[in-house]
Amino acid sequence: MTGVMVWPDFIGRAVLAGTGLAWVAGPLGAFVVWQRMAYFGDTLAHASLLGITLSLAFEVHLSVGVVGVALTIAILLVYWQRQATLASDTLLGILSHTGLALGLITLSLIRKPSTDVLGYLYGDVLAVSNEDILWIYGGGSVALLLLLLIWRPLLSLTVHADLAAVEGVPVHRIRLLYVAILAFLVAIAVKIVGVLLVTSMLIIPAAAARRIAQAPGQLAVMASLLGMLAVWGGLIFSYYWDVPTGPAMVCGMALLFVLTTLLGKKVKY
Amino acid sequence: MSQSPLIQGTQLSLCLRDKLILSQVDIKVAKGEIVTLVGPNGAGKSCLIKLLLRLMLPTKGKVSSWPKLKIGYMPQKLQIDATLPLSVAHFLNLTSGPISVPMALAEVGVASLANRAMQALSGGELQRVLLARALRRAPDLLVLDEPAQGVDLMGQNELYDLIARIRAKQACGILMVSHDLNLVMAGTDTVVCLNQHVCCSGHPETVVHHPQFKALFHHAVPNLAVYKHEHDHSHSVTGPPIQLDKDETAT
Repeated sequence: MTGVMVWPDFIGRAVLAGTGLAWVAGPLGAFVVWQRMAYFGDTLAHASLLGITLSLAFEVHLSVGVVGVALTIAILLVYWQRQATLASDTLLGILSHTGLALGLITLSLIRKPSTDVLGYLYGDVLAVSNEDILWIYGGGSVALLLLLLIWRPLLSLTVHADLAAVEGVPVHRIRLLYVAILAFLVAIAVKIVGVLLVTSMLIIPAAAARRIAQAPGQLAVMASLLGMLAVWGGLIFSYYWDVPTGPAMVCGMALLFVLTTLLGKKVKY
Repeated sequence: MSQSPLIQGTQLSLCLRDKLILSQVDIKVAKGEIVTLVGPNGAGKSCLIKLLLRLMLPTKGKVSSWPKLKIGYMPQKLQIDATLPLSVAHFLNLTSGPISVPMALAEVGVASLANRAMQALSGGELQRVLLARALRRAPDLLVLDEPAQGVDLMGQNELYDLIARIRAKQACGILMVSHDLNLVMAGTDTVVCLNQHVCCSGHPETVVHHPQFKALFHHAVPNLAVYKHEHDHSHSVTGPPIQLDKDETAT
């Protein structure tokens, strides 16, 4: 029996996974907030439950199924929104909940003894494997690098898409690439914070960073830092008080949001 | 220098979801010319602009332009989310071009705003910053979609004077959409009156007497006369007149 002061291996893996995720989620989440795509992120996350259950049913790697479904939904949405007759949020609501419902139905149909619905809804960072960590850091680095490469055109189209297009930005291609990166992040994050809480990882750190950042790049980095702090805080809290880890992390982010909001009032620009 | 127009739309028609928005519209802008697009709400002005900018494809007709035509575009509205911390200088840096950020800002008379947050700008300041971004690319053609909206009457006058001066200085073509008939008419070379199709077009003095133009605008502007004033001075943003050199005068 190890003492209380020595943390077991799974905690070490959880810290690594959560930290990596926070770094990728910060800058990506900043764009989610700037483009008012919170509901879009939610839709990707809810639909990824369908990805999870499909991978279980067809016995393929979990990440393959989730990335596949999230990517399909993301691309569908980008095209759909271009010529939509329905309001964007209505469309998202339909897809989001249909995805969630189909996921839950598939889950009940396959009836595998080992499947734990709550685990997918709330995530389980403590069950992260070495392979998952490889996914997070390998895929995460590629995602961040890609985001860095399209940073300026993406920011330009976030500010005004038509203006960016007139100035020669390939708006459609950049948007697709961004959404693909987002789908990938959602897919790896689902395992850690769960289907229901993924969007918070994207939105809350970015929103918290707003009050203390003076430029877009600064906000993105601060969102990463704040996200990382919240992940660590959540892990510590959940370890010592035995509460679910994903929700504890989200509460940590919310706490940081409140703190920077109070602090930010003094810095007012 | 080519004799052909900078940009030309020929027999442009546009249907969106079976609704006819534009029908057989001909429009062109030549180098150094100011063309103003007027028309009631829903006349298809913004759609026509989008067709010319190739942001949308026409159902019929075609758009042709100079090869490598550089367009400076000033969109109708700009809404930046409050969570995006963006300074004026950073906003101008989202594009690149031969004109530096301080020069572009000075050109439109708002050099002091470089470090201001975009969301903290007044209506008139925002329009000038948008114009500065369009100017950064040293455009051959400026496309301005309602440049004076959200600007008070005094500011509108200044803004149109500024646009006229830019045309004189840069020798670029200007295509703009406007509602401010009285102010705009005097500085315009060609007015195109649009209501799904081109009702009439030509020199402002002739267009105002056209029966279709009168029919469209007599409600809005009961005593429409071309308001012409001598551009012997200009205004700074804050108002006081500045004497111009003779060769810089616009009209």
